[in-house]
Amino acid sequence: MKMTIHSLIKSGAVLCTVFMLILFTAGKSFSADPNTFNRLLAPASERNPPPPTDGIHDANGPGAAALQTPKTAFHDLPKSKSGNYIDWVKALDEKKISPRYDRLDPNAVPVVMDLNIVREVKGSMPNVVYPHKQHTEWLDCSNCHPAIFIPQKGANDISMAAILLGEKCGVCHGKVAFPVSECRRCHSQKKEKGSTKVKQQK
Amino acid sequence: MKTYLRRHARSNKERYLNINLLLALLVLLLLIMVTLDLFNPRSAHAEYADVVINNYSDEAGMRPVVFPHWFHRIRFRCKVCHADLGFKFDAGGNDINMLKIIDGEYCGACHDGDIAWSVENCDLCHSGQPGTPTQVHGSTLQKLKTSPAADAK
Repeated sequence: MKMTIHSLIKSGAVLCTVFMLILFTAGKSFSADPNTFNRLLAPASERNPPPPTDGIHDANGPGAAALQTPKTAFHDLPKSKSGNYIDWVKALDEKKISPRYDRLDPNAVPVVMDLNIVREVKGSMPNVVYPHKQHTEWLDCSNCHPAIFIPQKGANDISMAAILLGEKCGVCHGKVAFPVSECRRCHSQKKEKGSTKVKQQK
Repeated sequence: MKTYLRRHARSNKERYLNINLLLALLVLLLLIMVTLDLFNPRSAHAEYADVVINNYSDEAGMRPVVFPHWFHRIRFRCKVCHADLGFKFDAGGNDINMLKIIDGEYCGACHDGDIAWSVENCDLCHSGQPGTPTQVHGSTLQKLKTSPAADAK
């Protein structure tokens, strides 16, 4: 009987110590430095991770380890500040990549249309210049017309809100093409003096 | 009687040893988790535009499919899949199943053992973490710090 009481006390003490240790360690891990960089942003070191550690692939499966890592493929490609951190248009221009235009024919030549559409925007931002050239290098007319954009001047109501929600330009930009954080790549034409509505109101 | 007591005492001692050993291992595990920062669940940071397709996979006991846009756009222009093969610009919005693929539709137009490796390499496509919802990874809506989509990451 003495033995059991003794053992109870002893095991209780050990359990208490362990419990305190758990609290201490857990508390320590949750109270990391609050003033670190990238609090809400994945740090640069985590960009283009290999599939097994990217949080989406199953590292325990046989497939993830066999897949190519993005960094290997991106090694020689021109860099950009967002998305895949690759400037895909430049990569194509500089012939760093040669994606097929036809599923079977590696020599098929794209039907490129060189026509810029300028959209005058309401606020203080520079006007948008939409280049058909870079888009038709990748896409077919039917990808955008007429479902996403009616091919007629003034017929398309486009707003940044719609784009952010994945409509209009946002069908690709912000999902696979460069995201809206690259404002200047679209808003690229300087407005003439006094041409903005903001200025007209003054 | 004496021998019985002695044996009993020894077995108790052994039990202590085992408990202590277990507890020591538990503490060690905790310390490892703390040092490796395993307590903080990391959100996925996969490649921009990786598409997870989980229309039927989870139900069928397969890992969901991860489609790497970056890998494919190095080899094909958007138009090949999105105009010629009929893939809509909508993650999960294309009703793709294995029968269509082996009949040469969708992925099967290339993954035929000729242009690209064939369908028997199940695990190369079905490589996602089980339970990952259908999504375009890294999309603007998903990356917003305050949107409902950000919680679903």
